[in-house]
Amino acid sequence: MENTVIVIGGGISGMTASGMLALQGMKVTLLEKEAETGGHVARWDRLFPDRKKAAEVLDFAREGMKNVNVVTGAEVTGISWHDKGFTVTSGIMQPASSVPGPESLIANSGSLINEIAAGESNYTARALVLAMGFDLFEARKKEEYGYGIYNNVITSADLEEKFKSGKDILTSEGKIPARIGFVHCVGSRDEKVGNLYCSKVCCVTGVKQAIEMKEMYPSAEVFNFYMDLRMFDRHFEELYYEAQQKWGVSFIRGRLAECAENPDGTIILKTEDTLTGKPLKMTVDLLVLLSGFVPASGTAKIAGMLGLQRGTDGFVNSADSHSMNNLSGIPGVFLTGALKGPISISEAIADARATALLLADYLKSGKP
Amino acid sequence: MKAEGKRRIWDEYQKEIAGDKYFYVRSCVRQNFFPGAEKTFLRYMKEMGKTVYENPSHTTCSGIGYHSDIVPFETAMTMVARQFALMTESGYENFVTSCITSFGLYTEVLETWHHFPELEEKIRLHLRNATGREFKKPKNLAHASDVTYKLRKEISRAGKYRLVNRNTGEPIRVVEHIGCHYSRMFPSKGVGGAEYPYVLVGMIEEWGGQVIDYPERRHCCGFGFRQYLVKANRGYSISASKKKFDSMKPYKPEMVLTNCPGCPMFLDRWQYTLSEMEGTTYGENGQGIPVLTYEELAGLILGYNPWDLGLQVHQVPVEPLMDKMGIPYDPETKFLDKNGHSMGKPKSPSFLKFY
Repeated sequence: MENTVIVIGGGISGMTASGMLALQGMKVTLLEKEAETGGHVARWDRLFPDRKKAAEVLDFAREGMKNVNVVTGAEVTGISWHDKGFTVTSGIMQPASSVPGPESLIANSGSLINEIAAGESNYTARALVLAMGFDLFEARKKEEYGYGIYNNVITSADLEEKFKSGKDILTSEGKIPARIGFVHCVGSRDEKVGNLYCSKVCCVTGVKQAIEMKEMYPSAEVFNFYMDLRMFDRHFEELYYEAQQKWGVSFIRGRLAECAENPDGTIILKTEDTLTGKPLKMTVDLLVLLSGFVPASGTAKIAGMLGLQRGTDGFVNSADSHSMNNLSGIPGVFLTGALKGPISISEAIADARATALLLADYLKSGKP
Repeated sequence: MKAEGKRRIWDEYQKEIAGDKYFYVRSCVRQNFFPGAEKTFLRYMKEMGKTVYENPSHTTCSGIGYHSDIVPFETAMTMVARQFALMTESGYENFVTSCITSFGLYTEVLETWHHFPELEEKIRLHLRNATGREFKKPKNLAHASDVTYKLRKEISRAGKYRLVNRNTGEPIRVVEHIGCHYSRMFPSKGVGGAEYPYVLVGMIEEWGGQVIDYPERRHCCGFGFRQYLVKANRGYSISASKKKFDSMKPYKPEMVLTNCPGCPMFLDRWQYTLSEMEGTTYGENGQGIPVLTYEELAGLILGYNPWDLGLQVHQVPVEPLMDKMGIPYDPETKFLDKNGHSMGKPKSPSFLKFY
């Protein structure tokens, strides 16, 4: 039981925290409900602001996880705590043949599994790291934008998948898009869908993706519809300038009201240019919705098991948002990454490292 | 267009609609606009074995004044409370409205009282002081188009005609237009929600037609209350209707189906006005696009005499649609009243083809 940690969630936060904990000599088990680790980053092609390949960031994180016992397909079904620490029960979500048995896990990690019962495994450790991350806002909930109904309305995640495939990005009719629209704040800062918070990274994602579309199709017209652009981090503002000055991307301040499909499959938009104070109606060949963050589907369940407080936005509250942002308020339970709210990849990595440092100190001193 | 995407939304917005014993409240204006519509609803409800009760003491809900900013909300709520009192006194629990704006207002009042129970108590006091009446809130609130939607399969089974072109076998192409106050304020209270309402689509599909989606589908019909009620604003009204017709024309719609008092009025009458102003018609061969209420369409499907449905008072003639559907009609009796006396024949429009 000494120096044992369970990390729940195998996105970039959980991976980084696991690696850092293992580096400090902890015996770490990472439970990931999906078949692979990597989370959202694994589905992304290039990252802002420097266009680094997302795969390189993941490779770096995986490199640090050599001594981490990774259990994929493991959905947490129960958590209990006792004087020695925590027991996490997880259902095996993948075929039994592909799930490592207890013997192999003991051999690899040093002893975290106590028992396996029909389809479920129990893992015990002295501390927990919660790193459930986030889900992307389901764009179809903004019904007036027609995602899932109009063929040429896609999300930023769909676009990244297309980038990743390396193929030409075409309309559903197989044409090169001559006009492309990006809609910011889809599911963020939107009282109508109940999400008042800013998702933080969509602005710069929209700028990055707009540039990438211009690189692919220099003659295309690209429009970004935004409320305001929150270029909060280093090099973000430069990227925004580059989009305008080098690539000629147009930025229109106005929230999209609705869209509809023309007979030829193009998308007709209704919005307002609030800088000129005029309603605007225009047609694009491809519309990209920049979906924001929402708490991961498992967050409410796992927070409920531990009695953790969540905000009205659904994200988990830390013990103190300034000085104890990695602490949950329960001794031995640590929080890292986007389960506490929207966060960029670089911030998630820094946060995970901070979590690992605090957790190591906790195991050493016994104090939170 | 991905039909499954729409179906997913439709599945999420289903509402409970009572099956029988309805307390029915009429619209202030529909009997002037389309005089056979409400009567037709009562007729097929009776034929389907449903009990529909009308209390002769019921009045306007005041929604038209409320949405025109001349009736304060507290007054409107007290008027609504009185209608509920009539329902309670009559021994009914299922409230059905003919008018979309009434439906919107009743929904808004019930939601307001749900969130602000102190307001409900205040209105109860107002009603008690003014009339001595008490009321229970309806167990079920529906618009008459919801009820017709619920009965669409029975209507189809009992029907004599289909929304199909009898010469080609092709489905009739239908534009559906929902009244703004049906579900835009409270999407969960309408069948299919606000963005892709299903209440009329369900009828059209069940009765054999094909629904057309077009870019300005969500745009206002042209009523918009103050767009029309303030005379100086009527240019907005007709330009809104024109925008819709220009947008739907490339899809060659063969009829428009509506569930609101104002929408069929303006989509029908403004076609005449636009033809006189610009010489433009939006149907085939100089015809207009017939605009029907769901009750009138249900009546046609059921084989009722088109002149009993009041189709002769439509500005855009409905004969081309009836010809396609194979529905017989007698041109000689079109402008005779129920006693066989001539009602007078309207003057032919300059451009719109007249029958």
